[in-house]
Amino acid sequence: MSKDAVLNRIESVNDFVIRFANVNGTGSASANNMFAKSIFRMGIPVSPKNIFPSNIQGLPTWYEVRVSEKGYVGRRGGIDIVVCVNPQSMAKDIQDVEPGGYFLYDSTKALDLRLMRRDIHFIGIPLTDICRKEYSDPRQRQLFKNVIYVGALAALLDIEFEVLTGLIADQFEGKEKLIAPNVHALELGFHYATENFQCPFGIRVKRCDNVGNAILIDGNTACGLGAIYGGATVAAWYPITPSTSVVDAYEMYAKRLRVCPASGKQNFAIVQAEDELAAIGMVIGANWNGARSFTATSGPGVSLMNEFLGLAYFAEIPAVLIDVQRTGPSTGMPTRTQQSDVFECAYASHGDTKQVCLFPSTPKECFEMTAQSFDLAERLQTPIILLTDLDLGMNDTMSEPLEWDDARAYDRGKVLTSEQLEDASERFGRYLDVDDDGICYRTYPGTHPTKGGFFTRGTSRDEYAVYTEDGAAYVRNMERLLKKWETAKSYVPAPEIINAEHGSNIGIIYFGTTRAAALEAVDHLIEDNIAVDALRIRAFPFNHEVEEFIAQHDTLFVIEQNRDGQMRSLIINECEINPAKLVAVLNYDGMPITARYIQNKVAGYLESANVEPLRRQAGHKAERN
Amino acid sequence: MTYLRPNFRHPDLPTNELGYTKKNYEGSLSTLCAGCGHDSISAAIVQACFELSIEPHKVAKLSGIGCSSKTPTYFLGNSHGFNSVHGRMPSVVTGANMANRDLIYIGVSGDGDTASIGMGQFVHAVRRSLNMTYIVENNGCYGLTKGQDSATADVGSKSKKGDANPFEGIDLAALALQLGASFVARSFSGDKEQLIPLLKAAIKHPGFAFIDVISPCVTFNNNPGSTKSYEFVRDHLQATGTVDFVPMRKEITTSYSAGTSQEVTLHDGSVIHLHKIDDKLDIHNRRSALDLIQEYKSESKILTGLLYMDKEPTDLHETIGTVHKPLRSLQEKELCPGNNVLQNINASFR
Repeated sequence: MSKDAVLNRIESVNDFVIRFANVNGTGSASANNMFAKSIFRMGIPVSPKNIFPSNIQGLPTWYEVRVSEKGYVGRRGGIDIVVCVNPQSMAKDIQDVEPGGYFLYDSTKALDLRLMRRDIHFIGIPLTDICRKEYSDPRQRQLFKNVIYVGALAALLDIEFEVLTGLIADQFEGKEKLIAPNVHALELGFHYATENFQCPFGIRVKRCDNVGNAILIDGNTACGLGAIYGGATVAAWYPITPSTSVVDAYEMYAKRLRVCPASGKQNFAIVQAEDELAAIGMVIGANWNGARSFTATSGPGVSLMNEFLGLAYFAEIPAVLIDVQRTGPSTGMPTRTQQSDVFECAYASHGDTKQVCLFPSTPKECFEMTAQSFDLAERLQTPIILLTDLDLGMNDTMSEPLEWDDARAYDRGKVLTSEQLEDASERFGRYLDVDDDGICYRTYPGTHPTKGGFFTRGTSRDEYAVYTEDGAAYVRNMERLLKKWETAKSYVPAPEIINAEHGSNIGIIYFGTTRAAALEAVDHLIEDNIAVDALRIRAFPFNHEVEEFIAQHDTLFVIEQNRDGQMRSLIINECEINPAKLVAVLNYDGMPITARYIQNKVAGYLESANVEPLRRQAGHKAERN
Repeated sequence: MTYLRPNFRHPDLPTNELGYTKKNYEGSLSTLCAGCGHDSISAAIVQACFELSIEPHKVAKLSGIGCSSKTPTYFLGNSHGFNSVHGRMPSVVTGANMANRDLIYIGVSGDGDTASIGMGQFVHAVRRSLNMTYIVENNGCYGLTKGQDSATADVGSKSKKGDANPFEGIDLAALALQLGASFVARSFSGDKEQLIPLLKAAIKHPGFAFIDVISPCVTFNNNPGSTKSYEFVRDHLQATGTVDFVPMRKEITTSYSAGTSQEVTLHDGSVIHLHKIDDKLDIHNRRSALDLIQEYKSESKILTGLLYMDKEPTDLHETIGTVHKPLRSLQEKELCPGNNVLQNINASFR
């Protein structure tokens, strides 16, 4: 850091964004994770995001950590510190630093003077040199370089050193021989920084107590756990980024928690299918036969599954599908995030179809909604599609701890037993709407020798599952499916509504991972005297509250991470509302949406439209209620 | 024509060991063309299940799309059936089988359903060694869309329009052999003497059992020049021999001449007795079956009968290591680890 710098210095405690620029496949991920987790263990909220290429080794990869004492875990926008260990991306990384920010780099090789900026601070640490002197094995040189810069950051940012050594001890539990060399590497960096720079520098951390009992977990792991707790026994899948780790997590926990103690055999089956068509086919076959079964995929997989999803909708077979969305269309950007499968999922398959979709926002919701999906699928006898995205699925996200009510029983839906069939006086009709809620009774294969057997088919049939091409019978069935759709509204999760203190005539609507950035934007808008009410959609079909919320507001911003405003269009298509009220706020560059972006878009629109965005009078709120 | 089956039943209809008559294994009346080979196969399935004394509801019958895939409606009316999507029966059976390993799974498919649109799923069901009976009702053409050649039509075979098929036909039995199927047979819908014992053996086989049944399409592919017409198949059949399936508990009463007969005892004690015509076939040797298929093909003959059988087949459940209890019967206490465990998991994420 040059002593004579006259420029601005970003000074902050527990509030900054740091980005690591690494080369894919060099072992940087575990060092970067250790950095984020050390801050988390100091009681300071963090939000790490892995920005990685579709590549195994060699291309640039970034790891962005937001530190926010206030607990904002969405992306803020802007970068205060860059740690650059990748010459390939250096020019752009330097450009990305906020004025007054810091650029930490490997100074073994002198910096290209053409890249210098006068408005940021350069911190050079000869990482390669240190490693060359210390280690003879090339792999060690590469791995420990990452640990050394974490050690240097510990000094510069004032991270508690014993927290880091504690993390190393946890990480290498069972491989104790590796602890000492890793701690040594941390010390190398730490000492270099204390000897050469003023530590801590302008940005630093300070222990606080804002994490509570939160956990740091990725959404895919939470979904995998949700499938374990939700009683899934058959998982069929085809590997695809960014969903692969859902089934990986399911398998890891199943091998630990789902092995029959007496026989050592598995209380689950995982089949890696030949493609996504087969994966969903297996899920449908298993659910038809009475097991709870799921698959996980991403947009391209859902495209392939469309025909089967239509069959499951029409033949009324439960299925659980976790769609971890990525950037489309086609192969798109496989390692970037988006919320662009809304249309694809909501109306999946040809003909008149509507599919039940859930939109979790946090790992806790990933866990709960996955478990709930199995109940909903069996209760509603239809596919349930859980739409998460790469951002939530693959990034460690701060979350309330996962909870399970041990008194909870699975809702297996309307299934007739052998005894019920035996006692029935009426002929069993698979598609008879006995309860007038659009949901009929089903039987599992093999239940009774002479009663309850029926033929499942994707062709039109009558109430007794007998093939028919009679138009009236077809229409009766399609109308009943709509009735079931209405029934579904009372089963799916209700939206989360957060009203401004005195209410507002302006609303924002969002779903999924937009939540964190949207809630932060709401806070900043309030600071600018713009009050907004917020509604988070958690399910399709839309609950009645969604329509009411729209009716109660004059202007509504529908914030989403796709180009075409898919959720906005879905609302317009499904609700009796005035489309002109819905203003699209769209971010779809593959990076998670930022609070700054939302704030600027909303404030900018209100300013240019000359809308009086001020707080409602207290009286208005009373009237509304 | 009426589609109502009379309820009349002869009081002296023979019953099987479970006390069921053949009627208990029948389905709805067929809507296929009169004389369709597929109806003979349905009748053979009814007879095989009746003779095996299988409880009808312990069978699940699944199919894809096409004429052949319609047939599960026409047999085993008390069993659950599933007419899924085109070419995807294997995946649906895979899932169903994973859910409940205690049922018997009969998959019915056609040559379009298996050799074209569903080739991928067929191939992978074979290599996973799923415990099922996979029947292809093979007529070399697409019936419901009016007679286009299918991928199993022999090269040079003439369709009703008179055009010779320019493409090599896929031999599904040979393919199944190469992919590692543990039971492979070929038969002819018009030969119930052979087909019924083969079906019985296939159903009892505790692994993937494949039967390719040549089943002429009377409407679109029964013309001169077609190699899947009744006339051509009858004239060119070469059976590997006669097959008897002797269930456990029954004495073997037929006598066979030494040297050309072979007995295979199954896991449950049942015996398959094979009276071979050609002693070049060793039914435990894949290569001998493949060679013989090729040899007869070069003489324009269709080799039928039991071609290969692995006495010790593996099943996907064994490979995966699932519990013996059907997965679908597991309850919360076996499936849900509970909140205490979850709190420990939470702690691992702090």
